[in-house]
Amino acid sequence: MTTTTPTRAGAATPPTIAGRVRSRLNTRWATAVSIVIAIVWTLPTFGLLVSSFRPEDQIKTTGWWTFFADPQLTLENYEQVLFGRSSSAGQLASYFLNSIVITLPSVLFPLAFAALAAYALAWINFRGRDWIYIGIFALQIVPLQMALVPLLSFFSQGISVGGIDLLPAWNLNDEQRFVQVWFAHTCFALPLGVFLLHNFVSQLPRDLMEAARVDGATHPKIFRTVVLPLITPALAAYGIFQFLWVWNDLLVALIFAGGGDDTAPLTVRLAELAGTRGNEWQRLTSGAFVAIVVPLIVFLSLQRYFVRGLLAGSIKG
Amino acid sequence: MNFDFADEAPKLAMLLYGVVAFVAVVGGLLLLLDVVPTWLARRRQARLAAAVAAGRPLEPGRRRSREGLFALFFLLPTVLMLGIGLVIPAIRTLVLSLRNGDSTQWVGLRNYGWMVDRPEIVDILWNTALWVLLVPLLATSVGLIYAVLVDRARLEALAKSLIFLPMAISFVGAGIIWKFVYAFRPAEADQIGLLNQIWVWLGGEPQQWLANPPLNTLLLIVVMIWIQAGFAMVVLSAAIKAIPTDMVEAARIDGVNAWQQFWRITLPGIRPALVVVVVTISIATLKLFDIVRTMTNGNFNTNVIATEMYNQAFRYGQTGQGSALAVVLFILVIPIVIYQVRSLRRQREV
Repeated sequence: MTTTTPTRAGAATPPTIAGRVRSRLNTRWATAVSIVIAIVWTLPTFGLLVSSFRPEDQIKTTGWWTFFADPQLTLENYEQVLFGRSSSAGQLASYFLNSIVITLPSVLFPLAFAALAAYALAWINFRGRDWIYIGIFALQIVPLQMALVPLLSFFSQGISVGGIDLLPAWNLNDEQRFVQVWFAHTCFALPLGVFLLHNFVSQLPRDLMEAARVDGATHPKIFRTVVLPLITPALAAYGIFQFLWVWNDLLVALIFAGGGDDTAPLTVRLAELAGTRGNEWQRLTSGAFVAIVVPLIVFLSLQRYFVRGLLAGSIKG
Repeated sequence: MNFDFADEAPKLAMLLYGVVAFVAVVGGLLLLLDVVPTWLARRRQARLAAAVAAGRPLEPGRRRSREGLFALFFLLPTVLMLGIGLVIPAIRTLVLSLRNGDSTQWVGLRNYGWMVDRPEIVDILWNTALWVLLVPLLATSVGLIYAVLVDRARLEALAKSLIFLPMAISFVGAGIIWKFVYAFRPAEADQIGLLNQIWVWLGGEPQQWLANPPLNTLLLIVVMIWIQAGFAMVVLSAAIKAIPTDMVEAARIDGVNAWQQFWRITLPGIRPALVVVVVTISIATLKLFDIVRTMTNGNFNTNVIATEMYNQAFRYGQTGQGSALAVVLFILVIPIVIYQVRSLRRQREV
């Protein structure tokens, strides 16, 4: 941000009463507008939260704003949507577990791989380094839609060129399909991850690296003992980012995990409920809140890291 | 209660396998890289000692190639994954887009011609254009206005969190939240959706908001703006705070009012951040899938490219047409990125 604007040297006007009134009016307007925006932005979520605790017959017949005139609270919706017996109830507990099983490895793998690659691209000298970096950087613009069809066929049929099998089919069933989801998420996350972490790793002080080299430390040793501790904030930022992305993803899960309760995450199940049972608001409201609550907690408690990562990624880009 | 832990055991086992695989792969790689060089060094030392003992000249070390070896192992997982998971599939998608539905025959550019010929696909392209035009513009505007308004105000952190919060909510969750806002009940019953209630209070008839084009697409766009404004606000707010305070002070002494200050100082100062925000939101909007699928499933003329791509490739089994739509998506991203690269480069030269 090096742009400078020439400030016009005009006659400095002494603060007049009119000026003071105008500026106070400005701030009053500013406050009013910002409060309106804040309310519009919060109200929909608030309505969902209130509704999820209201009894079924009330949700379906009266608006959630009437709750304050006639407050009735129940946990029935949550019990139904998490553990209900009938297949239409949601059974979200099972899907919740799937979301966790999908998310953990899908965050860990790209984090480690991207950190390793970022270190090599920043601090090891080898031929073709710039080209590999530019290549990975450029892959950021490829929409993941470009990879979906062939990647799915690779999992089910392997890769063969001209009748010669290059890679065998994976033939995964039931719970084993988690592996596909992990694999897909890791692939799609790497270009951004390498870029973000490279931004950070390459800015570590050169003296530090050279001192470590002179002391006879090998690259793996420098990576573990010098670099990793220093880039923890960046790792945290990227980790949160990837966590939110994976937990909230619908498309990748829909294609690689399928819709069954042995692999599908919360998002897939909720989208299904919204489609087939669009008027069962007692389940949709509580179900949506079940899906939202984990990322919300992560987000609120680690917001500082997330914002820092966001800024590092977007302003330098 | 219908939650049987025995039923869930295989999942936990898979999670365990996943974590063990992670430890094995990453730990193994680091261990390998740790052990091998030490072993090599020891061998070289032995060779050196032997050479010295025999009185032969020392051979020069091959340090450079060993650096390359390290780099190879550090990069191997990433390059391998990107190759298998992104590069090869992208090339195959390009090829598949030139073949027919079950990819048994070459059809040339017929899949691309099909998009222009079919009115429903043309509608989809127009819908996508509307999304990409409106979402970046409005989300960035709201984010910018809010960032300016709450800058240095009381409770700034709280005010920002409120707008930022939707970023943590999945598009599916946001879809349900807003579908509830748009919910419809017949006129004789009490409304449960906030929008219809406000509409009725204002004297209107309750509407099936999501079933009436073209208004329904605009209402879906609202959801995306709701999510993205927080992102714009955070990035722009940081940029505003990075404007040198002496510049703002100087302007204030010169008697510049808030309005002029915004147009002459704030806006030029945050231009690079503004470009990044608009570009990032545009690309995210182009690829948008979840909101449309959750809220209308593309019915009532609300379809966009990404949802139709999913339908063609994975529901109707029309691999060729689905791939062609994916390629179109890719092609549409390119000019946006070129714009970003060029305007950032121009900024750096100034």
